[in-house]
Amino acid sequence: MKLHPQFIIDASYLAAAFLFIYGLKRMSSPVTARSGIVVAGVGMLVATLASFLYFFGVDPAAQPHLSANLALAAGALILGTGLSWWQGKRVPITAMPQMVALYNGMGGGAAAAIAAVELLRPSVGGGLLQGIISEPGQALQLVVGEVSQRASASHGLVHLLATVVGALIGAISLSGSLIAWAKLDGKIEKTWRMRGQQVVNGSLFVATLAVGAYIIFGADGHAAPGLVAAFFVGALIFGVLMTMPIGGADMPVVISLYNAFTGLAVGFEGYVLQNPALMIAGMVVGSAGTLLTLLMARAMNRSVANVIFSNFGATGDEQQDEIKGSMKPAEAADAAVNMRYASKVIIAPGYGLAVAQAQHKLYEFVKLLVDAGVTVKFAIHPVAGRMPGHMNVLLAEAGVPYDMIYDLEDINGEFKEADVAIVIGANDTVNPAARSNKSSPIYGMPILNVDQAKQVYVIKRGQGKGYSGVENELFFADNCNMVYGDAQKVMVAMIQAVKSLEGGH
Amino acid sequence: MDLATTLTGFVALYIFMLAAFAGYEIIGRVPAILHTPLMSGSNFVHGIVVVGAMFALLNASSLTEQVIGTAGVFLGAMNAAGGYVVTERMLEMFKPSAKKKA
Repeated sequence: MKLHPQFIIDASYLAAAFLFIYGLKRMSSPVTARSGIVVAGVGMLVATLASFLYFFGVDPAAQPHLSANLALAAGALILGTGLSWWQGKRVPITAMPQMVALYNGMGGGAAAAIAAVELLRPSVGGGLLQGIISEPGQALQLVVGEVSQRASASHGLVHLLATVVGALIGAISLSGSLIAWAKLDGKIEKTWRMRGQQVVNGSLFVATLAVGAYIIFGADGHAAPGLVAAFFVGALIFGVLMTMPIGGADMPVVISLYNAFTGLAVGFEGYVLQNPALMIAGMVVGSAGTLLTLLMARAMNRSVANVIFSNFGATGDEQQDEIKGSMKPAEAADAAVNMRYASKVIIAPGYGLAVAQAQHKLYEFVKLLVDAGVTVKFAIHPVAGRMPGHMNVLLAEAGVPYDMIYDLEDINGEFKEADVAIVIGANDTVNPAARSNKSSPIYGMPILNVDQAKQVYVIKRGQGKGYSGVENELFFADNCNMVYGDAQKVMVAMIQAVKSLEGGH
Repeated sequence: MDLATTLTGFVALYIFMLAAFAGYEIIGRVPAILHTPLMSGSNFVHGIVVVGAMFALLNASSLTEQVIGTAGVFLGAMNAAGGYVVTERMLEMFKPSAKKKA
């Protein structure tokens, strides 16, 4: 039997779908994670190479443009791969969240582009799905007869619906992710809010939906190009408006949400193109991303709707009860010596650690403590850093073995037994007000119980508040001392203090 | 030609449903320390969209379609390649203390 190009393509997609799911599965344990991404990468390579075989079965209408199209595809592929490869290899690890946002937006854009091509393509047949429902046998024959041009064969209702919905989600994900990227990268500093923004956003969304509905039901897929363009512009602007008011601290949830969005968009466009690899990969990511988004929002004690639609930071300005006590400063060297003679130290790092690029110095200090016989553990809050698990990546970069790192649920019971808890560049995630003060905006958020340790040191640049704008009761507690200064400089001072101690003996 | 798969109606819904369960189950069991690389990894996986964009571009029959199709392939390729590099760099750093480096 002669191997038909379409058979090779389908077989490759089957293999790719398997490799993606198997790869993601392997990524679920730190031991096999590295091989997981390689497995998934092989799947991507196989699917992409096989897709060049579409060459042998294009639309008759596209036949005259075939060589040009092939050149364009190869060129765009090489350019896109090369550019992002070069960029991805260079960007520092602290910048990973915005890179995920950026590449996620690209994927959303690609899904939207597929939809745009579909909507602008002069349609061939009509009402495929209705045909199947009314006369199954006949419709099947129609499909079999048009294998080589499956994707363009029909503008049935479901087909159109999937195209337009995928286009909407993909376009929102594109512009929204780009805003998220710009915000995380510090290119957009302020959160941009205006009066009646919800109304404006709502109206724009409804208007965009209306245009989309007209493309589906009114124009039956033969909408004027101008109208299609208006639809995409509406969706893109909505993505921008929706993301602009969201503060930097909430960006992890937003990126995760857009990751799920892109997955869904890809899944829908996969249906449109009758491409099972896109359908499976898109939907796996869609559901996984949705779950991840919910987990993250829960870790911050907020609903996803609350993140998207409320201006969180603005509520923090309300009057707060005066906090008793005062902030007591401490010298880095004293704190270091205290830890050197402790038996158990727990470290609660936050994003401030990464900003100061102090994770390497921190681990150097930790190694000194471990050598001196101190038990040291890292306690990671679910939203420490800019994405869930971001802090783990930053610590891993510094060489901290992952079996020294503990999640909130696993370590919270141990603070009672710890001689010293040290907080570096974290604030809201260690604020006991979340446990006790019902009027606090962060009330109910799970926190690290560092205040239960015998002694707490907080390394902090100044006396400022956290992202939530809430004053931190911990800093005023009797067992807490503040070590002011840049985290990296403080760590250097601590290392020297411990080293001079050893040298003195 | 009889190898064609038609993924309409309920067949499509079955695929979507099973894929959604697969994604849910895979992420549900992942420890928090891997959340960022995993988000990045799933970000890479939807880079498969590049394949769809290639199909659209190869079947393009007008200049508009060619321009949009090329943009789609370019964006999809960035998604796939960028997602891979970033994920791999992150996962490379996860090492247990057993294999301690000096």
